[in-house]
Amino acid sequence: MLDDTDRRILRHYQHAPTLGAADLAERAGVTPATCARRLERMQQDGVIRANRAVIDWRALGYEVEVSLRITLDKTQPRAFDEFIEAARNVPEVIEIQTFLGRVDLRLSVIARDMAHYQQLYRSAILTLPHIADIEALMHVARIKSDEVLPL
Amino acid sequence: MIELDTTDRLILRELVRDATQSASAIGRALGLSQPATWRRLQRLRETGVIKGQRLELDHEKLGFGVMVFLGVKLATKGRVSLEDFERAVSAIPEVQTVEHILGLYDYRLRVVARDISDFERVLRRRIMTLPGVGDVEANVLLSEERRPGPIG
Repeated sequence: MLDDTDRRILRHYQHAPTLGAADLAERAGVTPATCARRLERMQQDGVIRANRAVIDWRALGYEVEVSLRITLDKTQPRAFDEFIEAARNVPEVIEIQTFLGRVDLRLSVIARDMAHYQQLYRSAILTLPHIADIEALMHVARIKSDEVLPL
Repeated sequence: MIELDTTDRLILRELVRDATQSASAIGRALGLSQPATWRRLQRLRETGVIKGQRLELDHEKLGFGVMVFLGVKLATKGRVSLEDFERAVSAIPEVQTVEHILGLYDYRLRVVARDISDFERVLRRRIMTLPGVGDVEANVLLSEERRPGPIG
C-alpha cells in the first residue's frame, strides 16, 4: 500500500512534525505537490491519524506523574468496561491502557504535588469499581519520548 | 507556573486534536479574532505549555502489529552507570519511549515490533544484551486511550 516515497515522507515528518508542507517536501526530496498529495492520501487512508500538540503538564503546575498498574476482579463480567468508563471521568487520568500480561490495566495520573496526589488517590482512584490490586510507580524522568516508528 | 483561562484551555484542546490548524481557523471555531488567537498561541508556545507536536500514525497499517511495555530492573546498580544504560536503550530504534521510574522497576520501555517473533528478536538481541539489565517483565498492549487531561 505504501511505497518508498511515502515511507520517506513519513520518516521525516515523524522526526519534525512541526514542519510545513514545503519544508517537509524539501527534506524528503520530493516536489511540494507530490508531498501534499501523498500526505492527503495517507490521511484519507488513516495511516496518518493526527498531528497533535503535546502539553507539558509540569508547565501547568502538575509536578507529579504516577503510573498505576491495576489488576481487576475478573469474576465481574463487565469489570473492564465499568472500570474504564469510570476512569474516563477522572480529569487527572491522562492515559488508559489495557494489557495482556501480569497487569490488566495501567493509568497515568498527574497531580500538582504529593498532597494533591494523595487526595486524588483516595477520593477518585480507590473508588473506581472492581479493583483487585493496585501498584504505583512514580515517574522520575522521561529519557526518550519521540514515539517514532522505525520505518 | 502558568495560569490558563477558559479560552486558553479551549485553544489547547483544539491543538491537541489537530496542531496543524492556523490561528485563524482556531479563532473562527472559538469566535475569537485572528490576532487575539495568535497572541494566545504565542504565549502557550513561549511559556512551554505546548512542548512540541507528535505525529500519530496507525501502527498496524504500517506493519507494526505488536506493542509491548517492558518493566526493566537493573541487576548491577552501582557497577553500570544509569547514563550508559539510558544511552544504549535510547539508541534502539524499536524502543519508542524510555521512562525512569521509582517502584517495582527502574525503567519502563515502550517497544514496537512487526509481530511476536520480531518482538522476540528485539528482546533477545537488543534488550537482554543491554549493560546492567536484570529482571524484565513484559505486558502486551491491547488498547490505549489518551485523555485530554485537566484542561476540560
